[in-house]
Amino acid sequence: MTLVRIILASLFAVLVLAGPLSADEATLRPIIAKFATSKNFKDTEAIVRELGATGDPAVEKVLVALSEGNLSFRKSDQAVFIITESGQTVALFNPITGDAAGEAQKSEITKVKVNNGLRRVIRDVLGSLTLGADDPAVRLAAAETMFKNPDPAAIPALDAAIASETVASVKTALGQARASAVLVSDLPEAEKLAAINIIAARGDRDALSLLTAFEAKAEGPLKDVAAAAIAGVNSTLAAWEVAQNVWFGISLGSVLLLAAIGLAITFGVMGVINMAHGEMVMLGAYTTFVVQNLIRAYAPGLFDWSLAIALPAAFLVASAVGLIIERGIIRFLYGRPLETLLATWGVSLILQQAVRTIFGPTNREVGNPSWMSGAFQIGEMSITWNRFWIVIFALSVFAVLLYVMKRTHWGLEMRAVTANRRMAASMGIRTPWVDAFTFALGSGIAGIAGVALSQIDNVSPNLGQGYIIDSFMVVVFGGVGNLWGTLVGALSLGVLNKFLEPYAGAVLGKILVLVLIILFIQKRPRGLFALKGRAVEA
Amino acid sequence: MRGTLSSMSKLAAATSIAASIAFAAPAMAQEDTIKVGVLHSLSGTMAISETTLKDTMLFLIEEQNKKGGVLGKKLEAVVVDPASDWPLFAEKARELISVNKASAVFGCWTSVSRKSVLPVFEELNSLLFYPVQYEGEESQRNVFYTGAAPNQQAIPAVDYLMNEEGVERWVLAGTDYVYPQTTNKILQAYLESKGVAKEDIMINYTPFGHSDWQTIVTDIKNFGSAGKKTAVVSTINGDANVPFYKELGNQGIKAEDIPVVAFSVGEEELAGLDTAPLVGHLTAWNYFQSVDTEANAEFIAKWQEYTKNPKRVTNDPMEAHVIGFNMWVQAVEKAGTTDPDAVIDSIIGVSVPNLSGGYSTMMPNHHITKPVLIGEIQADGQMETVWQTSGLVVGDEWSDYLPDSKSLIADWRAPLSCGNFNVATGKCGGQGVN
Repeated sequence: MTLVRIILASLFAVLVLAGPLSADEATLRPIIAKFATSKNFKDTEAIVRELGATGDPAVEKVLVALSEGNLSFRKSDQAVFIITESGQTVALFNPITGDAAGEAQKSEITKVKVNNGLRRVIRDVLGSLTLGADDPAVRLAAAETMFKNPDPAAIPALDAAIASETVASVKTALGQARASAVLVSDLPEAEKLAAINIIAARGDRDALSLLTAFEAKAEGPLKDVAAAAIAGVNSTLAAWEVAQNVWFGISLGSVLLLAAIGLAITFGVMGVINMAHGEMVMLGAYTTFVVQNLIRAYAPGLFDWSLAIALPAAFLVASAVGLIIERGIIRFLYGRPLETLLATWGVSLILQQAVRTIFGPTNREVGNPSWMSGAFQIGEMSITWNRFWIVIFALSVFAVLLYVMKRTHWGLEMRAVTANRRMAASMGIRTPWVDAFTFALGSGIAGIAGVALSQIDNVSPNLGQGYIIDSFMVVVFGGVGNLWGTLVGALSLGVLNKFLEPYAGAVLGKILVLVLIILFIQKRPRGLFALKGRAVEA
Repeated sequence: MRGTLSSMSKLAAATSIAASIAFAAPAMAQEDTIKVGVLHSLSGTMAISETTLKDTMLFLIEEQNKKGGVLGKKLEAVVVDPASDWPLFAEKARELISVNKASAVFGCWTSVSRKSVLPVFEELNSLLFYPVQYEGEESQRNVFYTGAAPNQQAIPAVDYLMNEEGVERWVLAGTDYVYPQTTNKILQAYLESKGVAKEDIMINYTPFGHSDWQTIVTDIKNFGSAGKKTAVVSTINGDANVPFYKELGNQGIKAEDIPVVAFSVGEEELAGLDTAPLVGHLTAWNYFQSVDTEANAEFIAKWQEYTKNPKRVTNDPMEAHVIGFNMWVQAVEKAGTTDPDAVIDSIIGVSVPNLSGGYSTMMPNHHITKPVLIGEIQADGQMETVWQTSGLVVGDEWSDYLPDSKSLIADWRAPLSCGNFNVATGKCGGQGVN
């Protein structure tokens, strides 16, 4: 049988490659060739398992390609290739060696279909194949995979791997993988007890998952031990959960802070109820989109810097629009809050429809630079990079703004106008220009908030609407006219929201927060940090 | 005026200019055309989804006119903008029927907008073709539901997860309004009838436009670590999907571990998203742009040519409009008139080709037959079909899994002519809208 296979394989190879073959290729090639004739996922799965059964690490390339959807075959001769797409043409590569094998039109090849079930099978197969890899990171990944998908048949292989392992962290992971396999094997109780302890010591969600599954089936003393281990893991996890909620709260708070801080200036300092504030955020997000598109077209290498480049651009765009709104509309309406509210609301509708007309009503894709994607772990807490950077960013924006307000001449003028407009005017401050630039500054800050929010939310014409109510809530709660109040207000609302959410649900949580704020305002109408001064009483 | 305009009137002028951009003004009425009303929001929150459907209708009408129109007359589209404002939907519908004399109206997206126009269509006896998947529990004489009922989308998707992926634990996550709530009620009853324990079902609702998914995604992760295969059934609507999927991707929830099957996420929604981290998550629809048939390839080519955008995607509600429009054209030609009563009688049983290679038929309950496709999201934002029903599924307007509606049926043929006939009591008018 194998002889026939080899002959067939060589025949095939002569047809396809007309070149010399290594021993690996001779056995693997005919199996890989079967992908072209696979009728359904079951067929494909059988081929994957067959490849895995060869025990040959050379199958890694083809399996990874299959799992990523990059394995195709040419319609004309059914030859299987790994592909990379670029427009209408695709580059073909040899599925075993990875050597370039020419190009083809998209229409000339057919993709080997893959689904979740197959991806799982591939992951398992690769897990056991890569246990002996040279790179410790690959071995660690293999051990993790085997931990999550225990298979008693793998115990001997794991024992061998543990014996020859030199890196301590990989050795621990291998030990855990062995323990998880022991739990589902028919080894004696003593072994299983030891295994439970090893897994319980790991103490994370995956460990809990394995232990729960084991506990459901176990009997006698083992069940009790497992139950105790589950309780232990649960209590550590509960402590981490509190930390996690605090982090989520801070992260939500920082988003609120970003959205509200510009408003804290225009509403808090100038007293303008600016309903178009959310649209400034939206303009910032769209600026990011435009900047990213330009970068993609002209300087793809700079993509990871796109957000840094978008920041000043968004600030300029939003503050310019803000300046136009202030000079064109709002300055005629000072002292008439209701009319300001209606006019700015009208402006917000015009801006939304303008963006909809220019960019279309559908969402626009703003990419995440690589440093904004994924998550990292602190203990049992996973922190996503984008949220992490947004927290840092929000705090830096706050610090810069605080500096501008407290330490610059312009900030001094701004505060003077807030405290007593007529007195400031008498002292020679040109209050109309202070108003205009304050409004532009507030709008510009909203614009850079848009850059950050484009990373976590939709970039659509409606982006701003989702934040306007929350922003007003933060500013009113924190105390009108006080930047520190906005910071504390945003963070405490964020944390409160996130502690309520697990118990009350997202919908009720939001309502509860609103009710609490209303009650709070009854007690302290001026918010957390009330501004003192003559202007306030006036 | 003394040379200056007050700022308020400036504002008003600006607003009306902006509005006139959005409203495509109806052309002057001509006697020898048949008017087709298009009732889709072109501004406000729903514009994101509905604008495409307006374009689809204009495209279909243009194509039909190239073929010579209907009954020897040209078709004329009358487009109005109900601006995502539910009461305005009813007003605009009335305007289309009474003022513009539209013979049929194609429109609505959300269930609440449909409910708002129902009485108008009933009162003025006109026709509405509704192209979006919805929660069912309704059948009205003047409405034709060309989108999926729950049994044409939700239940096959759950079956797929149960049988192919071996899922035992379920998270039903949705936006807090009527479609997700009713669908989840049906799904919960269905899952329990299949022996899923109560503690293995987690139901979660979020407000419209929810953007902070950290807690919920973590909850899903925790719920999934109970040693049983877990899946998420998502009826999360519209804009909230992008941050939801971003959070899933960033927190590293892989489709191999906890797959998410979504009923409201199509090619259009994914266009605003980097889908590389989402490969393998599932959607259930009756049509995908990637469906490999000649009819579909031709439709996509013509559509992209019409919109002058070679990247313009197609989606399921668009296909529903294609089917609904062609059914209406056939029914009108069969009846020889656009009179609503005649069309309501002649359209039942009309079969037109759908884009996935089969024929869809209008059933007596005013729902249509469709294939159900389950697709996995690909890195290019398209879906790849991984499973489909072997035949067509008939839309079931009154769910068999809800105690209130299981004995109800709808049949608009004479002599029954009833949208909620109770087979247990033998009377028309059990429960529901009529």
